[in-house]
Amino acid sequence: MARVELKSVRKQFGPVVAVHGADVVFEEGSFTTLLGPSGCGKTTILRMVSGLEKPTSGDIEIGGNRINDVPIHKRNLGLVFQNYALFPHRTIGENIAFGLKYRDVPKSEMARKVTEALDIVRLPGVEDRYPSQLSGGQQQRIALARAIVIEPDVLLLDEPLSALDANLREEMRVELKTIQDRIGVTSIFVTHDQSEALAMSDKIIVMSAGRIEQVGTPEEVYNTPASEFVAGFLGAANLLQARVINRDATHVVLETAEFGQTPVPLSHAATLGQSNDAKLMVRAEKLTLGPKGSDGVAAKVEAVDYQGQLARYFLRVGDTQLQAMNMIDGAPFGAGETVALSMNPDACAALPVGGPA
Amino acid sequence: MSSRVWRLLKTYTVLVYGFMFAPIVVVLILAFNNSQFGGFPIEGFSLRWFYELAENEAIIRALRTSVTLGMLTALIATTLGVLASMALVRYQFRGKQWITTFLISPVLVPETVLAVGLLIFLRWLHMPRSFGLLLIGHSIIALPFVVLVVQARLIGIRRDYEEAARSLGASPVQTFFQITLPLLMPAVFAGALFAFTISFDNITATIFWRPSGMETVPTQIFGMLRNSVSPEINALGFVMICITVGLPLLAGGLARYFSRRKV
Ligand SMILES: Nc1ncnc2c1ncn2[C@@H]1O[C@H](COP(=O)(O)OP(=O)(O)OP(=O)(O)O)[C@@H](O)[C@H]1O
Ligand SMILES: [Mg+2]
Repeated sequence: MARVELKSVRKQFGPVVAVHGADVVFEEGSFTTLLGPSGCGKTTILRMVSGLEKPTSGDIEIGGNRINDVPIHKRNLGLVFQNYALFPHRTIGENIAFGLKYRDVPKSEMARKVTEALDIVRLPGVEDRYPSQLSGGQQQRIALARAIVIEPDVLLLDEPLSALDANLREEMRVELKTIQDRIGVTSIFVTHDQSEALAMSDKIIVMSAGRIEQVGTPEEVYNTPASEFVAGFLGAANLLQARVINRDATHVVLETAEFGQTPVPLSHAATLGQSNDAKLMVRAEKLTLGPKGSDGVAAKVEAVDYQGQLARYFLRVGDTQLQAMNMIDGAPFGAGETVALSMNPDACAALPVGGPA
Repeated sequence: MSSRVWRLLKTYTVLVYGFMFAPIVVVLILAFNNSQFGGFPIEGFSLRWFYELAENEAIIRALRTSVTLGMLTALIATTLGVLASMALVRYQFRGKQWITTFLISPVLVPETVLAVGLLIFLRWLHMPRSFGLLLIGHSIIALPFVVLVVQARLIGIRRDYEEAARSLGASPVQTFFQITLPLLMPAVFAGALFAFTISFDNITATIFWRPSGMETVPTQIFGMLRNSVSPEINALGFVMICITVGLPLLAGGLARYFSRRKV
C-alpha cells in the first residue's frame, strides 16, 4: 500500500500531447477513478504509473520514492486489463502463482496463497482449469486474484469491467469495491462509465483532452462541477446562458431568460470567478414538472422517454430545449402537454463559460 | 457466369493440377516397380529399389548431409527469425523499414544472383567453399520465411500478456521465455519446418556453394540423372516426398492434438 503522486507529469507521443502537466495525488488506501471520454489520456496516466510508458517530463512517486527510472518488474504493482490478459497456456493456478515465483515465496506457502486468492474472488477450486474454460466474468476475477496475490503497493485497473455484459458489470463492480475495501490497497481505476465512477470511487479525477478538469468526491463532482465539460459528462445537465446580476456573502444571483433570477449558493459557484457571463447548471432530475397552472415556468413537453419508474422529458421553454427526469407519480405527462416547470435554486450550480476558470 | 464457362474453367483447373501432379504420381508408382529400368511398364510390386537405396553409400551420405544441413538451417534461421521478429514487432527504432526489406529480400532476389553474390563475397574474404558457407547460405534463404510466419503470429499476440507478466515481476528475458515464446511456439515450429524443407529441397544455390565432393540429396540425384535414370531415383524421390510432405502433416496433426488437450 502506498501513496502515489504525479508531479507535473506530461506525456507526448510525437506531435500528440496525451497528458498535459498533471499534478495528482492518489491517497494511500483510496480508490481513485480516472474518468473521461475516449482518448483523454486516462490509460496513458495509468501506464506511466505502471512503468509501461515513460513520462516525457515530470516525476512520479510511489510511497514517497521517485520511480521514473524503476523498471516495471521492480515496481510491485497489480495490473488488471480490460481483456483480462490471463496467460492462455497456463492453468488458473499457474496464472495466479506467476507473480509469487519472483517473490521468494516457498512452494507450500504458494499453494496456500493461491487458494486464499481464489477464495477472495469467490472462485474456489478452479486451479487446474485453463482460462478459456472460464466465462468472461470469472476470467476477470482470476485476473484480479493474480494481481492482488502479490500484495501490490498499488492496484491499477484499466476498464476492467467494460468487456462484461451490463448485469455482470454491476455485480462485479460491487464485488471489486468490496474486495478493495477489505484489502485496503491503493487503487487507480480507469473508466469512461460515469455510473461506475460515481458508485465506486473515493475520489474522481475527471479528464478531458489530456487535462484534468476536476478532482473531487463523487458528490462534489456531481453536484458542483467545475466546468461545463464536467457538468455535461456526468449525468444529464441543463446548461443555461446566464448573467451575474448580484453577488453577496452567501449567494450569486444569476439571471436567465428561462427562469428569471436564481440565487445560487456560493459553494456551488466555486470556479465562477469575477466574470459577468456564466452558465446556470440545473440537473435534469432537479427540474420538477407540475400540472399546467401550478407554480413555475410554462413549458411544452416535446417528447417523453418512458423508463419504468422514471420518465425523461424533452421540454421547450421559449427557444430553449431542456431535459427533465422525474419519478412517475400516477400517469406521466404526455407529449404536447403544457406543464409548469419548477426547480430549487440550492440544487443549481453557477459555472464559468467555456473551460475551467 | 454461364454454366458453360464454369465447366470450361473447371476442366482447365483439373488439367492444370493433373499436369502438375502426374509426374509426382508417376514417381511414386514407379518407386515400387520391379523392372530393371526406371520406367513403364509395371512388372510387379517390389521394394527392391528401396533396399538398393539403403545400400548405396553415396546416397546415404548425401541424405545424412541433407538432414544435418536442414536441421542446422532450421535451428539458425528459426533462432534468428524469432529474434528479428521480436525486434521488428515489439520495438520501435530508426531504420526499421529498411531492416525489414533487407531481411525479406532473399525471397525477391533470384537465387542464382544470391548464390554468385555470396561466392564473390567469400572469395573477397579469401575463404574456401565449405559446409559452413552452405549452412550460412541456406539460413539466409530460409530466414525470410521464418520471419514472415513468426511476425504474423507475434502481431496477433496481444501485448497485454507480456505487460501482465512484467507487472508481476518477470524481467524482459523471463517474460520472453515464460510467455512470449510458448505462445509463439506454433509459428516457431512452422517456421522451423519451412526452413528445413527449403534447405532440404534446395538445389540451385547448393550447386554453387557446396565444397567439391560434398553432395546433398538433390545434387546427388542431379548427378545420377546425368548417367542414366536409375529406378533408385524413383525410390529416393518417394523418400523425399515422404519427408517434405509427411513432416509438416505430422507436425500439424501433433499441434492440433496438443492444442485440443491444453487450451
Ligand atoms: N503509443 C501511442 N502512440 C501514439 N499515440 C498514443 C499512444 N498511446 C496513446 N496515444 C494517444 O494519446 C491519447 C490518449 O490516449 P489514451 O489511451 O490514454 O486514452 P484513454 O483516455 O485511455 O482512451 P480510451 O477510453 O479510449 O481507452 C490519444 O490521443 C491516443 O491516440
Ligand atoms: Mg484507455
